[in-house]
Amino acid sequence: MRYVDEYRGRDFVRSLTEKLHNLSSRPVRIMEVCGTHTMSIFKHGIRQMLPKHVQLISGPGCPVCVTPSGVIDAFVELATRPEVIITTFGDMIRVPGTGDSLIQARAAGADVNIVYSPVDALNLAEQKPDKLVVFLSVGFETTTPTIAATILEAVRRKIDNFCIFPANKVMPPPLKALMQDPELQVDGLLCPGHVSIISGSESYRFLVEDYGIACVVAGFEPTDILLSIIALVKQVQEGKALVENCYGRVVTAKGNVKARTIVDTVFTPVDSEWRGLGSIELSGLTLREKYSSFDITKRLNIQIAPSCEPRGCRCGDILKGISQPPDCPIFGNRCTPGTPVGPCMVSSEGTCAAWYKYGFLN
Amino acid sequence: MEKSILLDHGSGGLASQNLIASLFLKYLKDPVLSQLEDAAVLPSKEGQLAFSTDSYVVDPVFFPGGNIGELAVNGTINDLAMRGAVPICLSLGLILEEGYAVDELEEIIKSIANACDYAGVPIVTGDTKVVPRGKADKIFINTSGIGMVEKDVNVTAKQARIGDIILLSGTLADHGITILTSREGLRVDGNLLSDTRPLHFLAQAIIKDFPGAIHTMRDPTRGGLGTTLSEIAKTTNLCMEIDEQAIPMQNEVRAACELMGLDPLYLANEGKCMVLAAPEHSREILHKMRSIPEGRDSAIIGRVSEKHAGRVVLTTESGGRRLVEPLSGEPLPRIC
Repeated sequence: MRYVDEYRGRDFVRSLTEKLHNLSSRPVRIMEVCGTHTMSIFKHGIRQMLPKHVQLISGPGCPVCVTPSGVIDAFVELATRPEVIITTFGDMIRVPGTGDSLIQARAAGADVNIVYSPVDALNLAEQKPDKLVVFLSVGFETTTPTIAATILEAVRRKIDNFCIFPANKVMPPPLKALMQDPELQVDGLLCPGHVSIISGSESYRFLVEDYGIACVVAGFEPTDILLSIIALVKQVQEGKALVENCYGRVVTAKGNVKARTIVDTVFTPVDSEWRGLGSIELSGLTLREKYSSFDITKRLNIQIAPSCEPRGCRCGDILKGISQPPDCPIFGNRCTPGTPVGPCMVSSEGTCAAWYKYGFLN
Repeated sequence: MEKSILLDHGSGGLASQNLIASLFLKYLKDPVLSQLEDAAVLPSKEGQLAFSTDSYVVDPVFFPGGNIGELAVNGTINDLAMRGAVPICLSLGLILEEGYAVDELEEIIKSIANACDYAGVPIVTGDTKVVPRGKADKIFINTSGIGMVEKDVNVTAKQARIGDIILLSGTLADHGITILTSREGLRVDGNLLSDTRPLHFLAQAIIKDFPGAIHTMRDPTRGGLGTTLSEIAKTTNLCMEIDEQAIPMQNEVRAACELMGLDPLYLANEGKCMVLAAPEHSREILHKMRSIPEGRDSAIIGRVSEKHAGRVVLTTESGGRRLVEPLSGEPLPRIC
């Protein structure tokens, strides 16, 4: 299959891992920020290919994982209202808050639908004018533009029984918070490829200039990831901190300006709570005043309870890369993908879910 | 255990296994049932009797490459065939929703007749119930089947041996991805078709030609190849080593899986069998399977070892290695 096979070939991968093994023996700690990277690294068995001195740490880049339990509880409560139809991306429905998840609410009679695009939710609202169709708006820079465009489309089509539950987040503030964490020791960042398509590789400039961290924008195929790790190891070896773009086939320096403009038109930054990380200044997005009629939390005056994290769970440290999943006392016993306790296990792209599902071979 | 039944309990993965173990086997303690094979094999005066049942609730009822009717015929035939049985006859139980179009029902019954003719296995008894509108989704079908297993034939997970080769009779995930894309109304370029077909001709051919060499057969339906292999690994406490590169897949299926973020190892197949066989005859068995239409794309995809007991280990396309866990819930599309 074109655009896939050429990035997965065994010979090419072997030549890259050999190169990496010959580069240096200096320990290098790299954080992959994005959940899709975490998953791809596990799915392709990349960890086992790396030399021992190159360590990968999984960061907070899974939007489902970092949605706080108070917000999940509000989603579930909303789903139980008879006039409401919930629409959501698939991997949100298994996530438990402090009580039930949406999948359990659905079993108890709630109308919960998986959609592939927020436009599908809008179309559903048009078909069901006597219901209030709510889209659970979760996601980073990659997902938010289509949600913003859907709000504009709702205005254009005069559909007023459509709302979103705004829970979107942006990447730079948590990265800044991580860099300021004295416990975290990271030499380089594998920067998220999909987010970068929208935000542009230049959006990481502050990490290089303010924190001296090597940054490489990476794609998601094995060779993309290995080439990016090689670039990071080289930077660290040479004592450099640069923004490099190893995903040039889709990421540009400036990113997708049009998409960002649409987001700015509809959304505005707010302080936001991250599951496992706490509240981070201006790290979330909410609807601008002009579009606030599409905000279900305002329309129904929904209050979000303060989140409380389950006891024993080490996800906060795992999201910061301080601990690894097997360090957690409940990993693999009380907390599994079928019975997730902490945020890193709930989503298919969470760090703990990846460790559990794909394991590690000695 | 959950307080109420979730869709996950029907996924064929871990949740289904937990339901069976913690509830059904708690009360239903028959030793044959407890083997949890695709079909029960019971001793009788005339030989070994195979018995199996399966229900079909597929949505949509009509899908590219088939419909619920032929699926119900082939599915139960395959459950019998995987134990080495020659299927003899089937029952047909229909649960219909009030208001369901008779035209559509006729289409389904016609295709049931065609599937029975092709397989040479008749429907010999049946039942029909109608429930009020909204109490069922158009049509649900149950088929049960009886077959005979030759005296010396013993095909079961327990027969798997270290060194066995693992064969797959064709391309992976065709049915699962066809159903998911047609349910979601996603259009994928190419020709996605369900692979629903009977497997008893293929199964009988290799059992007859290679007596004693065919140790285990399974059709990886719900839960897919990954879950089926995990079950065998767990039952036998052996290691199933498979090579991703060797698994046959159609390009359009791969593309659709990439697009939807789904792992083909966990998607259903309705016309493929996985065979664990003695290594001495590997090439001849592969050749034989390929000589039969439903096995045309057969491949050797791995082998049984003792390396990681009770586990499935995959060598990835790019040469890495990882574990394959059983499916833990319904496969869900990702957020990004």
